[in-house]
Amino acid sequence: MFEIFGIPSQALFGQLLLGLINGSFYALLSLGLAVIFGMLHIINFAHGAQYMMGAFAAYLMLQYLGIGYWTALLIAPILIGATGIIVERLFLQHLRGLDPLYGLLLTFGLALVIEGLFRNNFGSSGLPYQVPETLRGGRNLGFMFLPNYRAWVIVLSLAVCLLTWFAIERTRLGSYLRAATENPVLMRAFGINVPRMVTLTYGFGVGLAALAGVMAAPIYNVSPQMGSDLIIVVFAVVVIGGMGSIMGAIVTGFALGIIEGLTKVFFPEASNTVIFVIMAVVLLIRPAGLFGRHA
Amino acid sequence: MGEADDLLAVNELNAWYGESHVLHGVTFAVRPGEVVTLLGRNGVGKTTTLKAIMGIIENRSGSVAFEGNELIRLSSDAIARSGIAFCPEERGIFATLDVKENLLLPRRVRAGGLGLDRIFALFPNIRERLASQGTKLSGGEQQMLAIGRILRTGARLLLLDEPTEGLAPVIVQQIGRTIGALKAQGFTILLVEQNFQFAATVADRYYVMEHGRIVDHFAAADLKANTGKLHEYLGV
Repeated sequence: MFEIFGIPSQALFGQLLLGLINGSFYALLSLGLAVIFGMLHIINFAHGAQYMMGAFAAYLMLQYLGIGYWTALLIAPILIGATGIIVERLFLQHLRGLDPLYGLLLTFGLALVIEGLFRNNFGSSGLPYQVPETLRGGRNLGFMFLPNYRAWVIVLSLAVCLLTWFAIERTRLGSYLRAATENPVLMRAFGINVPRMVTLTYGFGVGLAALAGVMAAPIYNVSPQMGSDLIIVVFAVVVIGGMGSIMGAIVTGFALGIIEGLTKVFFPEASNTVIFVIMAVVLLIRPAGLFGRHA
Repeated sequence: MGEADDLLAVNELNAWYGESHVLHGVTFAVRPGEVVTLLGRNGVGKTTTLKAIMGIIENRSGSVAFEGNELIRLSSDAIARSGIAFCPEERGIFATLDVKENLLLPRRVRAGGLGLDRIFALFPNIRERLASQGTKLSGGEQQMLAIGRILRTGARLLLLDEPTEGLAPVIVQQIGRTIGALKAQGFTILLVEQNFQFAATVADRYYVMEHGRIVDHFAAADLKANTGKLHEYLGV
């Protein structure tokens, strides 16, 4: 045990780890929001509810079907992503070309309905979800104790974020996505079924939220309001990073998680507000966000 | 009009931008291997005709038959997949894509599209700039990229909207030679042009548009005899 700036290392690195964990979820969720906004110009307020649905999907699969964490990690995003595809086909596709406000209102209403349904069925107290056997325990790094599952969450989140970035910015499929974001009319005239791309993109963004939900289940309790607790902060992250920027969403997500964690160590009273203070400052100096392109 | 050997037969094509009725029964045809030019002043509906054929303007009626198949009820992407490629007036080079990505973007709709080597042979400048951001190219290079990328698709009918607009004379000449080369390779081209001097060097036939209709039609051989009339139509 040693001290840095008069703070015990255990406390400092403990909060740094917590910040990285939160940052992992901020990054995954704001990445999904950025992908969806880029393609659909919809601010997906249902994102928190879809994250919660991912956690519940993992919980229910374990309770009723005996399907464990690793399988849930794969199936839950596909399942919840499919519900996203249905939502896009049923509702969102009809909002194309309208003021983004309509999409915001619709997804906000949807989030309320989904959360209400889950609260009605499962109550609002959290349900426990065990850390998978292979990731229980942790290791002593000398300066701090690192639980294996938390290390896994950080690594997986980073990997998924970077893979998504790579797929969008560096691959052929990604060039289709970027082009359809920039000029969907011409993309259609090039023979590409843009409406189907839009649907799949929304499904992918929702799947990312569900993946984050499964990852969160063993850390936080599984509860109907777990999404709405988180999503407000995530929207602040998205505003700071700039809407529609993929790398911006990832970097800002992790950075703000860390800043939040460090604030808990050095000035605990501000830890709940620091992200919103940063948001206000960024909005004053760079209204398009740190990584945003000016419209 | 509407003979069996037409590659493209447009009949009584009407189109609307919102409430405004822009095309009033456009009728013309393009035969395989021809270069046909739509002439007319600004705002008579030339670009709109191309966009209505392509399904980019969805609010349309009448008939557009390509290889005998009716396209009027198809979406824009389905029309492209039926074998028609479109090069827009504003060129439509994607800023978020590099030159190579731009080049590879339009979907292959049939076998027999040009390979990259043959596209580079037509437009050597593009090969040098593959890694550049699409919109960092000069206007002429962007136009070459815009034409080059639709040659890959295998589409045999090319709709080119004012490919010479705003370009230096030497580039205009190069594009003229390219159109000639494409025609020699069996492409069919429907061209929209303001630049009559340019059109005269490449086209087999001309249609003249006014107020959203075709008002006149003649072959390249009759160009001289119609020069006076044309000047009146075009207001030059």
